[in-house]
Amino acid sequence: MRPAPILSAFRQALGEAWAGGAGALLPLGFFAGAAVLVPLGIGTDPQTLRAVGPGILWVALALSSLVTLERIFQADTEDGALDLWLQTGAPASAIAGAKTFAHWLAAGLPLALLSPLLALMFQAEASTDLLRNAALYALGGLAFYFWGGVGAALSATVRRGGLLISLIALPLYVPTAIFGALSMTHGPGSESAPLFLAASTLFALAVAPFAMAAALRLAAD
Amino acid sequence: MFSWFANPLRFMRLSNWLAPLCYALAVLLIGWGLWQGLWMVPKDDYQGGDIMRVMFIHVPAAWLAMASYMAMAVMSFIWFIWRHEVADIAAKSIAPLGAVWTAICLATGSIWGKPTWGTWWQWDDARMMSVLFMFFLFLGYMALRASMDTRQKAARAGAILAMVGAINVPLIKFSVDLFTSLHQDSSVLTADGPKMAAVYLWPLLASGLGHTLLFAGLTQTLMRAEIWDRRTAQANAKLMAEG
Repeated sequence: MRPAPILSAFRQALGEAWAGGAGALLPLGFFAGAAVLVPLGIGTDPQTLRAVGPGILWVALALSSLVTLERIFQADTEDGALDLWLQTGAPASAIAGAKTFAHWLAAGLPLALLSPLLALMFQAEASTDLLRNAALYALGGLAFYFWGGVGAALSATVRRGGLLISLIALPLYVPTAIFGALSMTHGPGSESAPLFLAASTLFALAVAPFAMAAALRLAAD
Repeated sequence: MFSWFANPLRFMRLSNWLAPLCYALAVLLIGWGLWQGLWMVPKDDYQGGDIMRVMFIHVPAAWLAMASYMAMAVMSFIWFIWRHEVADIAAKSIAPLGAVWTAICLATGSIWGKPTWGTWWQWDDARMMSVLFMFFLFLGYMALRASMDTRQKAARAGAILAMVGAINVPLIKFSVDLFTSLHQDSSVLTADGPKMAAVYLWPLLASGLGHTLLFAGLTQTLMRAEIWDRRTAQANAKLMAEG
């Protein structure tokens, strides 16, 4: 296994995520925009906002992962980069994993870093809990990106694939969303929820690259 | 064993008499189950009075919803490994039927839930949520297949998605199980035998078997339609080629 194609895929994906107008600020704008719409939609009662805040951020994170993933493999099938990578003999799963990880790094991680600020706007108490939650958003976001990547790879050859990705990825997001939301409450089961969240992310990291690889080989045919 | 079934000709010969047989038995079993369930068995006031009679559709539909997804995933797996076309045709045919039975399960469950639990829908009920996500898995599978431009690609993409979905089903199930459930515990398949009174159990089992046979019959009919479709396309192509 030669690492060169994997590194080139990683670098190309990072460049792709940063390029194009506002670069990595774009997903941040989407994330903040989606979150800010909520108080306008459900009312501004501080009590309500404090209760729904963490959940809203999970939803916004899931949505922005879907939006950023729409083109992740589509461009590569169109310009032939995918064919070249598959010909190098490097494992397709490693290339797909590297690309998805790069997109998480460029778009998912900044969202998690922004989450304490948005949590404060949702009337959360300023405490170290916000930093802990940011880490949980980062962890859960990784699972979102990998499952979303499966949807993106499957619909790489489909025009207007974005809607299809959402429908495919939605059921796969469920465990992460549930464990994630649960880990930010203080109810029963919230103690062990971060561990289950980590487990669901590890599961995604273990399974999704192989599904993406199979889907990419299909897209390259 | 798979290879024996993989022959479309053999499948057409088999389903030619097996599908009608499935329909006939299904009509008898569902008919008897519904007659018993709707008119003969005493109503159970603890389960909401007469509304509990919807059980004879709701519970078989729930069984079928889960069994059909697993059947679709197994067929996809067989196609993915051995490339037996009949397995892919089966997976393709199971998807819309599975979606329908899943929808029936959700609808009858809502109708049963409103008078007994006072709500059409409960977001933190584990079983409602897992069946709902099963429904979305079926929809996603069909949408993905429909958006592919060739039959081969549709089969491959569908198989990958069905298998990814299948290994996720236990995880989805486990995560939603953290929710409390309004549902009663299982009362048919338990370690010390069925806990349900025999007067309910037999019509329920008959209805369950009947729904399964109806599902099997409809799957075969859809598969036959697909095979005829492909033969027609082939014959057309031949005609075109010969001018």
